[in-house]
Amino acid sequence: MKPITRYVLSATGLVGFLLFWEGLARSGILEPHLLPPPSTIPPALVSEINEGIWQSMVWASLRHYTIGFFIGSFLGVTLGVTVALFPRVDASQAWLARVLRPIPPLAWIPFAIIWFGISETAAAFIISIGIFWINYFTAMNAVQAVDKDLIEVARAFGHRTFPALLRKVIMPGASPGILAGLRAGLGQGWMTVVAAELFGIQGIGQRMIEASGLLATNVVILYMFSIALLYGISDYIFVSIQQRILAWQQ
Amino acid sequence: MAAVIETKDLAVAFGEGKARETIFHHLNISIDEGEFVTLVGVSGAGKSTLLRVISDLIPSLEGSIEINTVQVRSRRPIAMVFQASNLMPWRTITENISLGLEGIEISDEEQQKRVDDTLDLIGLPEVRDRWPYQLSGGQRQRIGIARALAVDPDILLMDEPFGAIDAITRTGLQEELLRIWSETKKSILFVTHDIEEAVYLGDRVLLLGGKPAEIVKEYPITLDRKERREGQAFLKLVEEVKAGLHEAIAMTNNGE
Repeated sequence: MKPITRYVLSATGLVGFLLFWEGLARSGILEPHLLPPPSTIPPALVSEINEGIWQSMVWASLRHYTIGFFIGSFLGVTLGVTVALFPRVDASQAWLARVLRPIPPLAWIPFAIIWFGISETAAAFIISIGIFWINYFTAMNAVQAVDKDLIEVARAFGHRTFPALLRKVIMPGASPGILAGLRAGLGQGWMTVVAAELFGIQGIGQRMIEASGLLATNVVILYMFSIALLYGISDYIFVSIQQRILAWQQ
Repeated sequence: MAAVIETKDLAVAFGEGKARETIFHHLNISIDEGEFVTLVGVSGAGKSTLLRVISDLIPSLEGSIEINTVQVRSRRPIAMVFQASNLMPWRTITENISLGLEGIEISDEEQQKRVDDTLDLIGLPEVRDRWPYQLSGGQRQRIGIARALAVDPDILLMDEPFGAIDAITRTGLQEELLRIWSETKKSILFVTHDIEEAVYLGDRVLLLGGKPAEIVKEYPITLDRKERREGQAFLKLVEEVKAGLHEAIAMTNNGE
């Protein structure tokens, strides 16, 4: 398939979907309250922006997300790498990780509130949990998968201390895996951001609950698309950085 | 001529307790300054292991290794060329060649000069800024040789460096290696499973066999290198070493 054909088909798919949806709503097959037609979303955006709500909600969510992302990623990568490097640490975490890992981030909401109150910290905490586990396991696997032959090469050429091997072989060798984990966390973070705000912390999630209470379903959809847009932008930026760092890959 | 490297009753074992297996013992090898020694042997006899013991990547069980070179902080006495070139994929060619230069006492300018000189020596100055994936297998192996030469070693250990390379490229690389050797006067210990290659390249062919292995035979190759590719004398030598290897294999199996 030519790239242009692909481009046209992708655009046709999206536009077709929106037209089909608009048609369903206008023809009366679907109650507009249940699913508002897409044409009602731009006016909602204009009024939310005029009242300054959209900016402050997006800004608040972006803050929770960014803090949660950095804390979860940092701890996940650091601990994941440590576990992979030290067999004793690995052995001591094996069962612990098995117990804690399956707990969904949202199940921590009660504790987040008890520990941090209805606060930005609570939202960031919940977001960081999901991101933590993704990075923990991908970083661990990435370090374990580093080519042992390259470690031998580095030793043969005089780099025999642990810090030297870490800097010259292990971290660069694990970097593609670690970056893939960070990217997966970037997506996972947006999935939990809304849920983390449902219990009253200011942000996109809170605004969506408010709007659905007023049956302003077009506002709900507006924020759904806003999340999609924010995710798209952050993923795009991440991938361009990733490609620079990994220019050495085929 | 003085021996640059001499092993005395060297032995290596793997495993612990009852599972302990002696790979080789009573190994006495000496390589003269500027000598090209090739090592062939029964598989599993510890050819690669020997190179790793000499370069201190694996500990020996008994015996000693003497390395008689002038210790200078701007060089490394020994450098290894690996079977797969094993370049670091995240380093450019220049950075790969610099690997052994990081941590020895030379200035940045000197480091740059050594990299440039070795790239010229192996005849690949144009690839300096490329990534390893952009090179062919043969080119990568030459960079592996350049990486070892850059530290200006007295002894070059080569672990089946051309084993994974197609026949035509391999012939080219062998010529290239002989040229580099005659220009740099390094002492070389070259492990191979290809007997023709061993006879073609070496001043001396060592045969490793038995269980535990030791040097069972030694073949001095006095034939002029120009007459080595073909001709009766060369083929006769190859046959002789092959016969020796078959004998060693039989001996190894009976020893079990």
